[in-house]
Amino acid sequence: MSLKNGFVIVSSAVLLIAAVWSTSVPAAGNAIQGLLMMGEVSAANTFNLNLKKPKNPNAPPWEDGIHDTTNEATFNLQPPLEAYEGLPRTSFGNHVDWVKALDEGLIKPRWDLLDSNAEPFVMDLDIVRPVKASVPDVVFPHRQHTEWLLCSNCHPAIFIPQKGANQINMSAILLGQKCGVCHGKVAFPIETKTCKKCHSKPKPADWQPPLSEATLKNPWK
Amino acid sequence: MALKIKHRGAWKPFVLGAFAVLLFAGVAQPSKAEYGDVVINNYSDAAGMRPAVFPHWFHRIRFRCKVCHADLGFKFKAGGNQITMAKIIDGKFCGACHNGEVAWSVENCAMCHSGIPGTPTHFHGSTLQRLVAPAYKPLPAKKTADNK
Ligand code: HEC
Ligand code: HEC
Ligand code: HEC
Ligand code: HEC
Ligand code: HEC
Ligand code: HEC
Repeated sequence: MSLKNGFVIVSSAVLLIAAVWSTSVPAAGNAIQGLLMMGEVSAANTFNLNLKKPKNPNAPPWEDGIHDTTNEATFNLQPPLEAYEGLPRTSFGNHVDWVKALDEGLIKPRWDLLDSNAEPFVMDLDIVRPVKASVPDVVFPHRQHTEWLLCSNCHPAIFIPQKGANQINMSAILLGQKCGVCHGKVAFPIETKTCKKCHSKPKPADWQPPLSEATLKNPWK
Repeated sequence: MALKIKHRGAWKPFVLGAFAVLLFAGVAQPSKAEYGDVVINNYSDAAGMRPAVFPHWFHRIRFRCKVCHADLGFKFKAGGNQITMAKIIDGKFCGACHNGEVAWSVENCAMCHSGIPGTPTHFHGSTLQRLVAPAYKPLPAKKTADNK
């Protein structure tokens, strides 16, 4: 048998396995389709060069890429979807609306380690933070936060408890500071679908974005 | 696509394809970990244990953040609490609950130590991790200084 034939046999076998695999795993099917397309378009010009879409949200522990599948106990862990059954869904983060789930009593997380009847001290105080950009102003609701957290989780380490006393901007948040200590980690993430959860107070109808200095002083105007 | 190069040997695209398939299967896929899962591996690997995996989603169904992050003193920092088994069996950190009273106890090593060996301490699914480019840093000028 020539070397050439050997190659054909081996590679056909690999492709066959891949084909079988791709029919059972949809994500792999896409990968292979993408591969075939790469034969036509150079890899540098694939359609979504930078788009990262989370595949298979809420994967069970044994398929999530961080748990060791040679560890038997991995298979005793609960798959998230089993726990989320009946909870209100969203399309980001855990894909669960935790605020709604709590408000509707669908989950009853303890406020105290041992006492399952202890109740949080909920403070209903909204702080409005006007934003210079065209996006709606930010409303920070104490209510939803004090359902989960103690004042001392935020004050004074993350925020000075005084309206407007803290400098906050999106870059800091995206880097994991200020609101980003929790949002983007455990509380809902920062992405297009969630902007309006924080930016929830619409601007007045006659609002115009301020012009930048470079435009005001533009000598060619 | 195979047609073009057929006259030069039909095996070529197959070999290429086979290589590419192997490549795809082998290359680390972006992790599909549940949002908020923490791998903790300051010491585990060095002691020959799998890294510990802490699932936020599972625990927040049972406890408010306050219980761990205020009462039990977990800092908001993955890997930042220097958790050890000595502290756990003294009833600190995970050991405040995994003591056979509040939750199953500490002899179930493999329930916590379930991470893939060699993987570093990491907070999974974070927005920062999903950014295509580093977050934009605004000019330090007056513009952003005044927030009122
Ligand atoms: C405030 C109490 C508390 C603390 C602190 C705590 N746990 Fe838990 N944990 C629980 C409870 C309650 C359960 C559910 C027990 C049961 O199913 O009987 C649980 C279950 C688990 C599970 C199994 C999840 C599943 O899928 O069944 C893992 C893994 C786990 N904990 C890891 C940890 C680790 C690692 C730490 C420390 C970093 C930790 N826990 C700290 C209360 C706690
Ligand atoms: C999730 C974080 C968080 C928690 C928890 C939290 N706060 Fe705040 N608090 C804030 C933020 C953000 C502001 C706005 C600061 C600003 O505008 O610069 C604020 C502002 C305040 C202010 C100033 C209001 C004003 O009009 O000047 C007070 C008072 C305050 N908080 C008290 C509390 C108390 C009491 C608790 C506990 C019951 C609490 N906070 C819990 C984040 C929090
Ligand atoms: C210490 C952690 C923490 C910090 C800091 C924090 N949040 Fe939150 N936030 C939470 C948690 C936990 C929830 C509950 C919902 C969830 O987990 O997704 C929440 C919920 C919210 C909600 C309610 C969403 C709803 O569906 O009703 C808004 C709005 C919000 N946060 C805005 C902010 C803003 C704005 C800031 C910064 C000024 C901020 N948060 C800082 C933890 C935090
Ligand atoms: C967790 C809450 C939160 C989320 C989610 C959020 N923002 Fe913000 N955003 C803020 C806060 C707080 C500020 C600061 C407001 C101020 O100046 O006091 C801000 C400021 C801004 C500004 C003004 C410029 C700056 O950096 O200060 C823009 C523009 C903006 N956000 C856009 C967005 C977009 C687009 C999204 C969705 C991808 C988004 N935000 C999601 C809380 C949030
Ligand atoms: C409730 C969860 C949990 C259980 C159960 C558990 N561990 Fe751990 N263990 C941890 C965490 C969290 C760490 C810190 C991980 C790190 O930073 O590497 C740790 C660290 C360790 C370390 C390294 C640090 C040290 O203390 O020397 C060893 C070794 C270890 N565990 C062994 C065990 C063994 C053996 C068992 C079973 C008898 C066990 N663990 C059960 C959560 C757990
Ligand atoms: C059962 C205990 C427990 C509960 C409940 C819990 N956490 Fe955590 N949290 C942890 C542990 C453990 C870590 C990892 C600490 C380490 O690696 O040392 C952590 C880490 C974090 C971090 C650090 C992320 C980073 O930047 O590295 C944040 C933010 C956080 N938790 C927020 C929350 C919020 C918000 C809630 C409530 C919705 C919550 N946690 C509920 C145990 C808990």
